[in-house]
Amino acid sequence: MSNEDHHQHTLLSQLKLLTRRMPSLQVLAFATVAVLGIAFAMVFFYAPNDADQGFIQKIFYVHVPIAICALIGFVVAAFHAIRHLRTGDPIHDVRSYVAIHMGVIFGTAALLTGAIWARAAWGKWWVWEEPTLVSFLIVYLLYATYYPLRYSIEDRERQARYASVFAITAGAFVPLNFMAVRLAESLVHPRVFATADGGLPPEMLLTFLVSITGMALLFITLTRFEMSAKMTKGQISRLRRALDSEAPAAPPSRIAPAVPNET
Amino acid sequence: MSAARVILVKDLRIELRTLQSLPAMALFAVTTFVIFRFGLDRTSLEGSLATGVLLVTILFAALLAINRLFVAERDEGGFDAIRLAPVDPTSLFVAKVLALLTYLAILELIAVPVFAGFFLDDAAGLLPLAGILLLLDLGLAATGAVVSTIGANSRARDLLTPLILLPLLVPLMIAAAGACEPLLAAGGPEYGDVGQWVLTMALYDLLFLLVGYATYEFLLED
Repeated sequence: MSNEDHHQHTLLSQLKLLTRRMPSLQVLAFATVAVLGIAFAMVFFYAPNDADQGFIQKIFYVHVPIAICALIGFVVAAFHAIRHLRTGDPIHDVRSYVAIHMGVIFGTAALLTGAIWARAAWGKWWVWEEPTLVSFLIVYLLYATYYPLRYSIEDRERQARYASVFAITAGAFVPLNFMAVRLAESLVHPRVFATADGGLPPEMLLTFLVSITGMALLFITLTRFEMSAKMTKGQISRLRRALDSEAPAAPPSRIAPAVPNET
Repeated sequence: MSAARVILVKDLRIELRTLQSLPAMALFAVTTFVIFRFGLDRTSLEGSLATGVLLVTILFAALLAINRLFVAERDEGGFDAIRLAPVDPTSLFVAKVLALLTYLAILELIAVPVFAGFFLDDAAGLLPLAGILLLLDLGLAATGAVVSTIGANSRARDLLTPLILLPLLVPLMIAAAGACEPLLAAGGPEYGDVGQWVLTMALYDLLFLLVGYATYEFLLED
């Protein structure tokens, strides 16, 4: 095989790699739209209005699933960070980064919907008496520092390692933080220990479960999309380099982790 | 662990000879008390207000030491030396935790009596308070050593360390505040809920000592 042929061959295989990833993402996207559509239909037409709060309580079906997805994203990020440190494979760092990135985006949405809910239910944009929301804010503030951390370390490998150490430390921090805030609250306002869906009627519970499934699908789809976009970007710049070594490569993001070579 | 001991002795000796951190921390703490006296417009404090003033002051004084913890390693090539030396890199973590613990204990030996003299009418809670502060110091030292290593090896340096450290310390500060408040109550110390807070602090300390111990070698790899 001549050098030129070999060149073409690699290009073709890389193009195939590019396109092969698409179908599963498509299926996921359609599933997300469908489940979220059903969930919203159920929220508006099936779930009964809350006896105390009325219509505004329906934000519960958006707010709580988003917050749970964000927290699970942080835990998943810690898991990938452990794998990254153990194996040294940069793909796990990319996964950890994307999970935290999505967690922070979902976290922003959770805080905003939480504030709206608080405003409608209690007349104030923020209530310190709600321990889960306060804990969530603290967790969010910690994970928000993930970006300046990555940004301020230039060496790619060191950046990845430090980001993983951060993700593991922060992952251990999350449950402890929820515990401490919950304890602090119980001193001021003695509250009955009950889970969020403890006393939910079956219609509400079912709607909630469909909502959280839809939200989890959305989280997974966005994560996969971001991963896929990163891979594609890396492959395109490699293709470009292979085609014309003179062409300037697109400047890489300074925070986002480098995409590992697959070859 | 002999490597850890050597590094610890080196750090303490440098501090004794140059006095770079401790006098600054003590001065900072006393000045902060004075500012609180006017900021709150109070000449005597008790309960949650006293707790807040004391803990916030200790926290920010600790930040001074944590920021400076790895200055020598960064500027004089100490990190490279540890990487080259045939010792467990985690010994640096152990040594720095102990050094920070020492600094904070000495700071509190100065700052807490000053605080009591300035603001407290009843000093009966000070003895049990010392135990709480020791648990607080251990938590500050464990997270501080890890985050300070990250900060020292980044471009943002003095900015990044407090940025990451403050939210990380919130649960510890919640527990410390919960434990201190009844001890500094107006009518003399009470011990009602102190137990659960001491347990929470101990759990925090243990967890982050373990996390730091397990992950520290990856911060030194190059």
